[in-house]
Order: sequence, then structure tokens, then C-alpha cells
Amino acid sequence: MRTAFVTGCARGILMTRLNAIIPALTVVAVIVAFWTLCVIPMNAHLTADQAQRDGMVLTPEAPRDRQELSGLSLALKNPAIIPLTYVQTRPRLPSPHQVVQELYDTVIDKKITSKRSLVYHGWVTLSATLLGFVMGTTLGIMLAVGIVYSRTMDKSVMPWAITSQTIPILALAPMIIVMLGAIGIQGLFPKSIISAYLSFFPVVVGMVKGLRSPDAMQLDLLRTYGTNSNQGFWKLRLPSSIPYLFASLKIGISASLVGAIVGELPTGARAGFGARMLVGDQYGQPMVTWAALFAAAITAAMLVAILSVIERQTLRRMGMGAA
Amino acid sequence: MTDPVITAKNLDLTFETNDGPVHALKDVSLDINKGEFVSFIGPSGCGKTTFLRCIAGLEQPTAGEISVNGMTPDEARRARAYGYVFQAAGLYPWRTIGRNVKLPLEIMGFSKAEQNERTRRVLELVDLAGFEKKFPWQLSGGMQQRASIARALAFDADILLMDEPFGALDEIVRDHLNEQLLKLWARTEKTIGFVTHSIPEAVYLSTKIVVMSPRPGRISDVIDSPLPRERPLDIRDSAEFIEIAHRVRDGLRAGHIDD
Repeated sequence: MRTAFVTGCARGILMTRLNAIIPALTVVAVIVAFWTLCVIPMNAHLTADQAQRDGMVLTPEAPRDRQELSGLSLALKNPAIIPLTYVQTRPRLPSPHQVVQELYDTVIDKKITSKRSLVYHGWVTLSATLLGFVMGTTLGIMLAVGIVYSRTMDKSVMPWAITSQTIPILALAPMIIVMLGAIGIQGLFPKSIISAYLSFFPVVVGMVKGLRSPDAMQLDLLRTYGTNSNQGFWKLRLPSSIPYLFASLKIGISASLVGAIVGELPTGARAGFGARMLVGDQYGQPMVTWAALFAAAITAAMLVAILSVIERQTLRRMGMGAA
Repeated sequence: MTDPVITAKNLDLTFETNDGPVHALKDVSLDINKGEFVSFIGPSGCGKTTFLRCIAGLEQPTAGEISVNGMTPDEARRARAYGYVFQAAGLYPWRTIGRNVKLPLEIMGFSKAEQNERTRRVLELVDLAGFEKKFPWQLSGGMQQRASIARALAFDADILLMDEPFGALDEIVRDHLNEQLLKLWARTEKTIGFVTHSIPEAVYLSTKIVVMSPRPGRISDVIDSPLPRERPLDIRDSAEFIEIAHRVRDGLRAGHIDD
């Protein structure tokens, strides 16, 4: 009886999990299928050129004539090259299994001290991301408090905060890196500045909304106690803003990661996800670029997932999660 | 009765709005004595809530005088002379019932031991002993409102101001809470100002009923209730009760004829 009950429970939990995962997996499957199909036309021309050099007979025979054709019709005219499009060493579009292979090689097989290990490069980017995220969040919270408590700051800071986000970060990042480099600051810190620049904004917006979320009645209640504004902040405004803060943090941390990667691009950094993407591009190793891209996406997903867990636990401890 | 604890003389309050001035209160004069239970009744827009907020120092009258415990309402507010109960319970969702009741005590700087002692006592007073560790969402609407009354009682102010505290609750719960409120009033001997738009509620609870009428908000009748302080629920079927209710209804109707 008991065993049956336990198995039943386990099956129940498994089913709930599956119900949550299946939609996500379906989307992934569709994307991978589309990607797999795209490999054929994208790589058809270079595969054909290589196959001809290896002695295969193709239609049309002249490379110039083949250029006239689309990738798809070239592949359809020469079905023999289709399997070969998936195993090119320098494909225009790597196939999913090539990217997975590259990820496996550079994440699991390589020692993390190796300059080719993605874990090593990941840590370089991640450390700048985290430092920038902490700086951006701190700045964002301080600005939000200022905006909520000071009319002057409300009028002056908010427009500039919005303006700051309209400047393309790709234009700004090289300037920050070069200027800080000129005064001798290099490495982690300039990248963190860019991360902070991108991540402070969602925190400002969310926290201003959160700190202003208590309604008139709740503020009146505190007035009837003769509460000073300091107590009002700690007892009412700050706790009310916590759900808003977490929403902002999740946007902020992914923006931070993007910021750190962008910070690695313009100056030819030697380490980090950004550096790997650039190296792959410049030396014609698309797998390296793609592996770095995926590693960055997975890192971002993990950071957001960690914040979600902290959010759930915090709100539950505050009595607001279970409702 | 002793000296009045709340005195209003020729109180005026005008809100400036985009559609021109709104006379929320006009020439309102009233004395409330210590230990009285005073209800303010009238249609919406008659200024009953505004008057209560003036007493609490949450609203500034444009003319006239008002004093609470011999101070201005603002001074009285800072001296924590009253507890205020709003229409909604307004409990903090992130605090347990016990910690919600402790909120004013923390702000006013009571010692930890004193906080615990007072919380235990007022929760008992509103029949919520044992719910200290529950979160607001685990309680019914009526229980939440009782917790908010406990919160207003916790720091033991002599005056309790209540703004339609049972307005959002159903009739059965409301009857029960009315009965409890009377018992609480008898035990604590507080002065209570109570806003309502229910005639039976006003008559059942009050020693003094202030009938108000709108545009401009003013007092149209003040009725001293002859009912005894001890009131079982079935007093509402007595001839005296019905007579007072009649007079209140007449007062409300008279206010409307001027429109």
C-alpha cells in the first residue's frame, strides 16, 4: 500500500514537472529542427566547392555557374552533398551537433586553466558581470530612493536616466574602455562599468514604482502614528518594493552580462565570451563563436534562474509567496 | 460628563478642484465628551469622513477651530492621542498578525517585552488570541478588520477613530463585530468616533448620533441616544430603537430636501 502510494506521488510530481517542461522542450525542438534544415542551403556552396576539389562530379560544373543558384536549389540538384553540409570544418552555419561537440570539448574536456576552456573565459566575463551588476543595482536603488524622496531629483534624474539608455551601448562601450585605459584602468573594471550602465536602469524604474506602491491609506496609517520618513522607508516603502526589485534584478542581470560581453568586443580583449566570439569570427572558426554564444545564453539563463529561486524563497519568508 | 475631549467650532473645509471649489465642510460645530460613542451618518459627500480626518489631523480645515485633548489635531496626532481604523484593514502582507499589531509599538519605541505583552492583550480583546503567527491572507475579512482594530488599540490611545470599518463586510459578520465593539468600548472606556452609512449600525452603537448632509457638508441633526449603555442585539426591535432610527432617517431626508 505504502509503496504504491509513494510511487503514485512520485509519478504525480514527475507529471507536474513534465507538464511544465514539455511546452519549453517543444519550442526548443522546433528551433533545432529549423536550424538543422537551414544548415543545408547555408553551407551548400562551400560544401560543393570542397566536394569538387575532392573529385565529386557536380551540376553545374563551373563554380561561377553554381554561384548563380540559391543554396537550396544547388543542394536539390546535388543531393550527394547534403550529408556533407553537416560536417564542414569551417561552415557558414554550424550544425547543432557541431556546436554541442565544441561546447563539450571546451567546457568539459579542457582543463579550466587552459586558454581554450570556455569555463575560464566564462569566469572572466561572469566576474565583470557580477561586479557590474552589484554596482548597477546599488546605484539604481540609491537613485530610486533619491527620486522618491526628493522632488528635485525626481525632476532632474529620471529624464537623464531614460536618455542614458537611448545611446547605443555599442557606440559608448569603446569610448569608456579607451578613456579608462588612458588613465591606466584596464581589465575587469571598465567592463563592469558598462554592465552597471546597462543594469542600473531597470532597477531605478522598478524601485521607483515599488517604493511608490503603498497606497494613500497605508501612508495615512503611518501618519496617525506620527511616523518619521526614515521609519516609513524601512517599515513600509522598502518591504513593499521587494517584489518590484526582483523583477528588475532579473532584467538587470541579463543586461549586465550583455554589457560585459560588449565591453570585451571593441578592444580585442584576450579573454571572455566576447573575446571568443571575436576570435571565432576573425579566424574563421564559427564553432568557437557559436559555442561562446550558447555558453553566454546558458550563463544568463542560470543567473536568472538563481535570482528566481532567491525571489521565491524571500517572498515566501515574507509571507507573500504562498498566496 | 466631563469636559469635551474633541471640540470643533465653525469648521470650514474647501477643496480646490479643477471644477471649482468643493465645500466638504461648512460651519461644523460639535463637542464630543470623554467616553462617548459618536456616530457620523449621512450620504456620501456629506463630509463625515472628512470631519473624522480633520479630527485626526490628516486634513487641514480652511477655517474654524478644532481641538483634541486641548491640542491642535496635528499636535494630538504627534502625541499619539488616537488610534485610527480605516475602511480596509490595510494589514502589511509581509507581517504576521502579531507583527502587524506591533507595527505602531515598534514605531513608538516600546520595549520588546512591552510589545509582546500588549500584542497578546489586544489580540485577546478582539478575540484573535492564537492567530499571532498567521499571515493576513490566512484570515477572513472580518478577522483582518479585527486585527486592524487591535493594531489601533495597541498603544492605548484614549480616542478611537473608525472610518466605516465594517463597510466592506457582510451583514452577519457586521452584527457580530458591532456587538464585540460595544463590549470592547465598555471594557476600555474609550471615546469613539465612528463613520457609517448604516442607520441600524449608528443607532445600535452610539450614545450620540451626528446626522450630516451634503453640498455643503454640514451637521443637520445631533441625537443623544436614550438607549442604555448595555445593549443586546435584540434591542434593535424595541420601540425606542425604532423611534431613534426614524429620527435619523428624517434628518437624512431633511438634508436632501435642500438640494
